[in-house]
Amino acid sequence: MWAFVIRRLIYNIPVFLAIVLMVMSLLRVRDPVPGMMGKQATAAAIESKRHELGLDRPFVEQYCTLVQQMVTLDFSQEMWTQPGMTVGEQLRKSVPISLLLTLPALVLTSVISLVIGMLSAFYRGQWLDKLLVFLAVLGMSVSFLVYIIFGQYFGSYQLGRLLGRPVFSIHGYEPGWQNWCYYMLLPVLISVLVSMGYNTRFYRAVMVEETGRDYITTAKSKGASSSKIMFVHMLRNAMIPIITRIMITLPLLVTGSILLERFFGIPGMGDALLSAISNNDFPVIEVFSSIFAGLFICSILLTDVLYAVFDPRVRLQ
Amino acid sequence: MNSSPPLLDVQNLSVGFHTDRGDVTAIEDVSFQVRGGEILGIVGESGCGKSVTSRSIMRLLPERNSFIGPESKILFGGTNLAQAAERTMRTIRGNRIAMIFQEPMTALNPVFTIGWQLDEALKYHTTLKKQARRQHAMEMLRTVEIPHPEQRYREYPHQLSGGMRQRVVIALALCCGPELLIADEPTTALDVTIQAQILRLMDDLRKKHETAVVLITHDLGVIAQVCDRVIVMYAGQIVETADVQTLFANPQHPYTKALLESIPQPGPAHHQTRLPTIEGLVPSLFELPSGCRFHDRCSYRDPQCVAQQPQLSEETNLRKVRCFFPLS
Repeated sequence: MWAFVIRRLIYNIPVFLAIVLMVMSLLRVRDPVPGMMGKQATAAAIESKRHELGLDRPFVEQYCTLVQQMVTLDFSQEMWTQPGMTVGEQLRKSVPISLLLTLPALVLTSVISLVIGMLSAFYRGQWLDKLLVFLAVLGMSVSFLVYIIFGQYFGSYQLGRLLGRPVFSIHGYEPGWQNWCYYMLLPVLISVLVSMGYNTRFYRAVMVEETGRDYITTAKSKGASSSKIMFVHMLRNAMIPIITRIMITLPLLVTGSILLERFFGIPGMGDALLSAISNNDFPVIEVFSSIFAGLFICSILLTDVLYAVFDPRVRLQ
Repeated sequence: MNSSPPLLDVQNLSVGFHTDRGDVTAIEDVSFQVRGGEILGIVGESGCGKSVTSRSIMRLLPERNSFIGPESKILFGGTNLAQAAERTMRTIRGNRIAMIFQEPMTALNPVFTIGWQLDEALKYHTTLKKQARRQHAMEMLRTVEIPHPEQRYREYPHQLSGGMRQRVVIALALCCGPELLIADEPTTALDVTIQAQILRLMDDLRKKHETAVVLITHDLGVIAQVCDRVIVMYAGQIVETADVQTLFANPQHPYTKALLESIPQPGPAHHQTRLPTIEGLVPSLFELPSGCRFHDRCSYRDPQCVAQQPQLSEETNLRKVRCFFPLS
């Protein structure tokens, strides 16, 4: 298995290099410096700023520097928008905040939608299933923004007025576990609600596909109960699509949710990335894209390894 | 003959399905009995209702879209399985009635070991401790003549050949010592050599454990090899029933005769002639013909066959035929 992992990592080196190359080239399509300097800037001032930021160096040299920094996990580049602060410090500050938001959201979404999807598959064709599918379609048809605005209005504003004290924050963030519920619970719930429709329908489809299999009849003819068949026989067989679905969203945990962080004023990675993109903060964008590419490659590799753990027919070679 | 009460007594069994095009009756008024230690064959073309019959005994048909007629009785050891609660059925399935399936390649759960799957049935129906269950499972694998049972116990279905998997399926069915074994085309997916081994194995086990067997097949050769009595089904009805020798020597229903004629015969006399076949197809359940369901494929057809439906004759318990003009 280790041979497989190492070989796959080696195969993915060109993929990683290509992603970094693409990100850098796309960023440099238009020179960012005149925009930063304003209309009054002289050509000489722009040129000296370009030199200061290192943009006057040959592209290949810039590329090699970035790759070298990524390989050695050196995140000490200074941010362009906040001089004196390194990209590494920014990551250390904002990634944990994002994780506090995205990790509970992923766990809750996966568990709840898997359970609802299985219930729906179990009662398929009956009124409970029809109701659940209806709600799922309804849920996924409504825009993310509607959830956020309604959540803020009813969850923060109206609920707070009703109880006479604020229950959920509308905007802002303070660190500390005791503050988690106040600042994070509402965005987490909104995130769960938004992604539940898609996930429920996916897990239902996965389980329904298994119900037609011959081994189900065999298990039933052995005297297995419906719940044993559902939770032991079928769930284990459905693990491959379930793992794929969950693993593919893992890298997204780190990026945070741009919309939720923006609307609720949570200084997580999504928020930081959005600021960096709108202010042309190249070091943040480059480092972050590279980290994201690396995480994605790793999570796909981990997915393959998990396949072999759950399905004895999968052999890694 | 044997006067003890039958082990399984199926009376007027009718089973239907709810479909998009309305309800259809898949089997109609099927009655038969199985005694301890007996092998009963059910034969017919695809779509005749053989599998529906066997699955309704085990109540394995999906409850959502199938129904058993209200007058139907499936008496097994004093219980009417047609009306029994799911909870009761669970204590019977795999324990007192077990089933062997047609497709050994897909009948086993691919993600659990052979040992786990045997252990599961024992866990449901016995009070044996873990170690004892393992011993028993190993013993079952030995009984169905699987070499290296200790190794096979730890292996997954995909590591076994088709014949070996079917042996595992049989071991699974037999591991709780059932009184009745329903084998639904157990040899269809296997090649002829393995087929013969599996049939011999089933016959041995029947003799050793006095298990009654309902053997469903479309292969009359298999019937001739192992069965005591035969039921011939056509379009959801029993058309003829007799003991094996009588049926093969003297088929009375034109359908039975046509089936027997379409078995290839070895030998030079048959080299030049074309193998006789039965023209046409089993009628769709949505468009059953009037009168005798076989009339449009029957070479002895009479106007009466088109107009009226023949009933199953009541002459003796052992020999019945559903035909206005039984052959002799």
